[in-house]
Amino acid sequence: MNLYEYQAKQLFGLHGIPIKEGRVARTAAEARDIASSLGGPVVVKAQVHTGGRGKAGGVKLASGSDEAESIAAKILGMDIKGHRVGQVLVDPAVDIDSEFYLACVLDRGARRILIMASGEGGVDIEQVAAETPERITSVHVDPGLGLQSYQARRLAYGVLHALPDARRPAFAAVLRDFQHVVAQLYETCVEEDATLAEINPLVITTDGQMLALDGKVTIDDSALFRQQELASLRDAGVETGAERQAREAGLSYVDLDGSIGCLVNGAGLAMATMDVIKFFGGEPANFLDIGGGAQADKVAEALRIILADARVNSVLINIFGGITRGDEVARGILAALEQLDTDVPFVVRIEGTNAEEGRAILADAAMNTATTLAEGAQLAIRLADERKQGQSQEVVA
Amino acid sequence: MSIYVDGTTRLLVQGITGREGTFHTGHMVEYGTNVVAGVTPGKGGQRVHGVPVYDTVAEAVAETDANCSLIYVPARFCADAVLESADAGIPLVITITEQVPVHDMIRVTTALQARGTTMIGPNCPGLISPGSAKVGIIPGSICTPGPVGLVSRSGTLTYEVLFALTTRGIGQTTAVGIGGDPVQGTKFIDVLAAFEADPATKAIVMIGEIGGSDEEAAAAYVAEHVGKPVIGFVAGQTAPAGKQMGHAGAIISGGSGTAAGKIAAFENAGISVARHPDEIAELVAERLGAG
Repeated sequence: MNLYEYQAKQLFGLHGIPIKEGRVARTAAEARDIASSLGGPVVVKAQVHTGGRGKAGGVKLASGSDEAESIAAKILGMDIKGHRVGQVLVDPAVDIDSEFYLACVLDRGARRILIMASGEGGVDIEQVAAETPERITSVHVDPGLGLQSYQARRLAYGVLHALPDARRPAFAAVLRDFQHVVAQLYETCVEEDATLAEINPLVITTDGQMLALDGKVTIDDSALFRQQELASLRDAGVETGAERQAREAGLSYVDLDGSIGCLVNGAGLAMATMDVIKFFGGEPANFLDIGGGAQADKVAEALRIILADARVNSVLINIFGGITRGDEVARGILAALEQLDTDVPFVVRIEGTNAEEGRAILADAAMNTATTLAEGAQLAIRLADERKQGQSQEVVA
Repeated sequence: MSIYVDGTTRLLVQGITGREGTFHTGHMVEYGTNVVAGVTPGKGGQRVHGVPVYDTVAEAVAETDANCSLIYVPARFCADAVLESADAGIPLVITITEQVPVHDMIRVTTALQARGTTMIGPNCPGLISPGSAKVGIIPGSICTPGPVGLVSRSGTLTYEVLFALTTRGIGQTTAVGIGGDPVQGTKFIDVLAAFEADPATKAIVMIGEIGGSDEEAAAAYVAEHVGKPVIGFVAGQTAPAGKQMGHAGAIISGGSGTAAGKIAAFENAGISVARHPDEIAELVAERLGAG
C-alpha cells in the first residue's frame, strides 16, 4: 500500500524527522484557508501515487492565499499519468540550499533493508544508480542488531566525500543532523512495516536546516493487521471499482485492457494464462486469482466482477485443483450464470482435484470445455472474435 | 534419489489441528510420508490422523526425533513458529503460510543463518519427492518418480507442469515450491545447487515469474555451475508495471523485474525457454532425449 506524500511526511514527523507544517486540502477554498493560516508564500502540491508531478504542472509556488486558491483550483481534478488529483498539500515555501537523497528499501536478494544515500537529490535515483553509481553510498542493516552508529556515519561521510567541493561546507555543518535522520528513517521503516521509506529530496535550507521536503512510503500489505492506523489510510479512490470489489471479496484482481476475461486459481497460473492468451494473439481483460480452496460463492463473485466489464467478449476459466476442488468451481460457475443471464461465452478447463466431477457438472450445462491451456486459450480467442463480429453486424443492421 | 525430503524424513506439522493442517496431514499420511508429530499449543495429547500432538516443538522433537517441520500456522504467529522449530534443532522448515509480514521474514532468515536451519517458503506449496515423501500441499496424484528436478515460485503453475510431465511419462526426483514472496528462505540458486549435486536428477525445470532479480541470479549461476540441462519458463509476460500480480513478490517496479529481462537472462545462460506452459514438458522430453 502506497502512502501519499502528506501521509508519508506525517509519519516522518511522528518519528522525529524534521518536516514542514503544511496541511492537505480537498477544495480550493480549503487551500486558501491553509495558506492564509501559514502566512507567506506556499507550495501547492498534487497528491497522487505517481512520480513526475512537477513536470505535469502538479507542483506550483504561490505568493499568498489568493494565488494558492487559484492554483489549487487548477491542480485539483487534474489528470497526472492517469491519476486524478483529489487533494493538494499546501506547504510553506522553503529556500533550498542543496538537495539530497535518502531511502530505506527492501533488498530482496540480500533479505535485508538497504539504506541508500546520495548528494544527488530531487532526481530519479535509478538513473543515478545506472549512470553515476559512485555517488550513492549504501549499507545493509542486520535486523537483529539494528542500525549501528558507524553505519549512519559511513553514509554521512560517503555522501560528504562524493560531493563537489563547493557543496561540502553546507553538508559538513549538518552531518550530525543527517545521521539522526538516517536513524529515524530506519526506525520508521521497521516500526511501520514499510518496504520503502524514501526522502527525496532531503534538503538543507539556506538557513542551514535539514528538512524532508518530499516523501514516499510503501507499507507491506501483509503487515496491515498490526498497522491498523495505516490500514485506515488506504485510499479506495486509486483502485478501480472492480479492483476494490475484488479485494473486499478476498480475490486478487488487476484490470487490463483486453477482451478475454480470465478466472484462474493461483497467481503464477493466472499470469501464465494471460501469457498464453497473448501468445495466441488475444488480449487478456484482467488478472484474477481466486486463491486456494475457493468456494462456489467466491467463484460466482469473481465471475460477476469479470462480466461487469463491458469489453469482455469471452471468459477463460482455468482451474488446476490442488486445494481448490473442481466440482466446487463448477457449481460456482453455474450459480453465477443463473443470476447473471449473460450471452458472453465461457471456456472452462479444469484439471486436478475432483476435475472429473467438475467437468461432468459443466457438461450437463452444455459449456465449452478444453483439455489443455493452449486449446482453451485459442477457443476463448475465437469465441471473443465471433461475439465482437456479431455485435458489429447488429449495429450495421 | 531426491533432494531435501525422502524416506528418512521424520515430519512434524505445526498447526496440525487447524483446518488446513488437519486436511493436508491426512493427505501426507495417505501418501506415505512419515509424519511423526504435530504441534498446537494447548492441544497436546490429542491425535490427528493417528499422529500424536504436542504443546511445544521441543517436546515433540524430544519424543519423536522429528527432523523436518511443516508450518500451517496463521501469518501473525508464523515467525515465532519458524524460530521455535529452529531452536529445537530442526534443520529444515517448510513454511506454507501466506501473507507473512516482510519484516518478520527479514528477521527470521537472518536468525536462521546463525542456527544453520534451512527454510523453504513462506507462501509456498512445499515439496514432494514422488514415491517417498510429500511435504506440503502439492497433490501426490500428479507426480511420479523419475529424473526431473523442478523448482518454482508458483503453486498451481507447478502442478500444471508436473501433471504435463507425468502424463508424458516423465517422472520427477523432487519438486520444490520456493514461494511467491519477496523475501524467501530458499532461492532458485540453492535448489539448483542441490539438483546439480543429486545424481538421480538428469534435467532441471525452473519456473520463475516477474519481480525481483532471482531469475537473473539463477541464470548466472546456471551458466557458471550447472552442467545438467535446464528448461525455464517465466510467468507474467503480459503483466503491467507497478501492479502486484497476486503474489507479494510479483511486481515490476521501476522497469526492473520484467519477464522479458528474465527470459533474456535465461537464454543467455543456455536455458531452454518455453514460450507457454504447455511447451515445458515438450522441451524437457527433447533435452532428456538429447542428453
